Amino acid sequence: MSIVLSNISKNFGDFSALHDIDLEIPEGELVALLGPSGCGKTTLLRIIAGLEQTDKGKILLNGEDKTDFHVSQRGIGFVFQHYALFRHMTVFDNVAFGMRVKDKKVRPSEAEITRKTHALLELVQLDWLHNRFPDQLSGGQRQRIALARALAVEPSVLLLDEPFGALDASVRKDLRQWLRSLHHELNVTSIFVTHDQEEAMEVASQVVVLNKGRIEQQGSPAEIYDHPANVFVSKFIGQTNEFTLSHFTADWLKQTGLYVNENFAPETVAHVRPHDIEITKATNETPVTLKDWQHLGALIRIELVKNLPHQTPKSVFAEMPNAQFKSLQLNRGDNVDLKIRHAHWFN
Amino acid sequence: MSAVISRTVHQNTLGDANWVRQSLIFTALSFLILFLCVPLVLVIFQAFAKGFDAYASALTQKDMLAAMRLTLFTALITVPLNTVFGVAAAWAITRFEFRGKSLLITLIDLPFSVSPVISGLIFVLVFGTQGWMGEWLLEHDIKIIFAVPGIVLATIFITFPFVARQLIPLMQEMGSEEEEASLSLGASGWQMFFKITLPNIKWALLYGVLLCNARAMGEFGAVSVVSGHIRSLTNTLPLHVEVSYNEYDSVSAFAGASVLAALAVVTLILKTFLEWKQKNDRATASL
Repeated sequence: MSIVLSNISKNFGDFSALHDIDLEIPEGELVALLGPSGCGKTTLLRIIAGLEQTDKGKILLNGEDKTDFHVSQRGIGFVFQHYALFRHMTVFDNVAFGMRVKDKKVRPSEAEITRKTHALLELVQLDWLHNRFPDQLSGGQRQRIALARALAVEPSVLLLDEPFGALDASVRKDLRQWLRSLHHELNVTSIFVTHDQEEAMEVASQVVVLNKGRIEQQGSPAEIYDHPANVFVSKFIGQTNEFTLSHFTADWLKQTGLYVNENFAPETVAHVRPHDIEITKATNETPVTLKDWQHLGALIRIELVKNLPHQTPKSVFAEMPNAQFKSLQLNRGDNVDLKIRHAHWFN
Repeated sequence: MSAVISRTVHQNTLGDANWVRQSLIFTALSFLILFLCVPLVLVIFQAFAKGFDAYASALTQKDMLAAMRLTLFTALITVPLNTVFGVAAAWAITRFEFRGKSLLITLIDLPFSVSPVISGLIFVLVFGTQGWMGEWLLEHDIKIIFAVPGIVLATIFITFPFVARQLIPLMQEMGSEEEEASLSLGASGWQMFFKITLPNIKWALLYGVLLCNARAMGEFGAVSVVSGHIRSLTNTLPLHVEVSYNEYDSVSAFAGASVLAALAVVTLILKTFLEWKQKNDRATASL
């Protein structure tokens, strides 16, 4: 089911949480609402769910105006950050809840409910836990039960608030993959909220970057990463080196092989991803020295110090594969030559 | 694990002065025995001072039975009303943001901070023959002061806070996520309340109801002011005890007192059980 938000605004007292949000989500997408904490992403999710009311604007689900519909009538499934499992019910009763509270006329028979609940529990691979209570489960298990419970009412939209926020790093990795494949299987339009850009890139098919109650950019992970719309998105999505253009810096950037427009506007900044910087051992004096490096698994992060005349020294980060770095045989304090392959320009 | 360690460390640092601990325990225990246990034993002793038959006949006296009936009647009206009120107030305070919320919280506590006698006097000022509504009530032949309605009203006022006070901290701690989850799954407001909220607050609610009931049955000050002490008509059990005692009918007075004392003991046992139950529930929930 497609989701269309038009002109959504929300204030909490004097604080403007959301400002004229326009958003269209086609059917079947898995969308990440990404932004720093306090950017309004959870508020937006709760407004789509009907847990919060919008001050103005409209919410259309599958072309139908649902702005004034109660949360119980919107046909959404909501997975809460802390799962919100019913602590006094077993896993089975938790999942069956949504079917059992249905109107008598549309409620499935108890046998049908039992069958479907077990099917859902099998879907999340936890049927063997159906007799347990939520407090007897691990975080990852609770998360999956919460998902099964939300799916039990056959929602046309699945909303997840920081679905991996409260989990261990290793469990989180597994669940991300699992959620992605589950979405592939069910193909229900899903939106999840996260502040972790890596998670958004890895799981989502569409990413919506929010900041201070506004949408900064919407697009596929590749679009967002390769063509950030502005400084905020560029900085928020992955690591970046920022160079504010002066004549000295421009000259230096040209020396590194980057094309620099001669008539650059004042305040122009160049953003360079660490992996777009290549380093080689310098044979003569260069303005860049190697300060330190850290192992990031397959990659090495190298901290360089750029020391241009009339400027305070500045750290520049580069990344390259382990083996390549080793073959360079660099030591701390060595002068290096830089080659910058690519930059994003903003004014 | 770290909690266990820090606790033992704590005990050691505090346990250094052994005599402090022992003298504190001794003082607390002697107070308990002197001011709680001895009076309780005396009440029972006095009640049976003239033998079991005298005790039994005192308990089945017409005035005594009428006092017990009135006490039960009052509690029967008061407790359900204040249960509903307490849940509603706790719900409003913990689930909604509104102007005057802190005022409402303060008002709920008012009966605790005002002397019961003053509470009683307020009702006399409002509903008494010389009071604000006195004339109107007289014209319509409605009796509140020195009658049963006054007793019920005063008791309701006094026992207002018990249920709400138990529920507010618990519901604050629980948050509303589970309730929101039930709504998102299609539950109606009533389904949410009876299937999600109530099971989670039931022990605290029962605890509040129990305290409310104990106070409703035992209230003396406020009721004494509005009752008028009319035998068999407006005497509750605590008032009957006082009246009998003043008339040197000590067996009757202490027999009544023994019933109230028994009520207190039962309340204490139930209270301990509910406290244990509540703690148990929360302990498993936080695992």
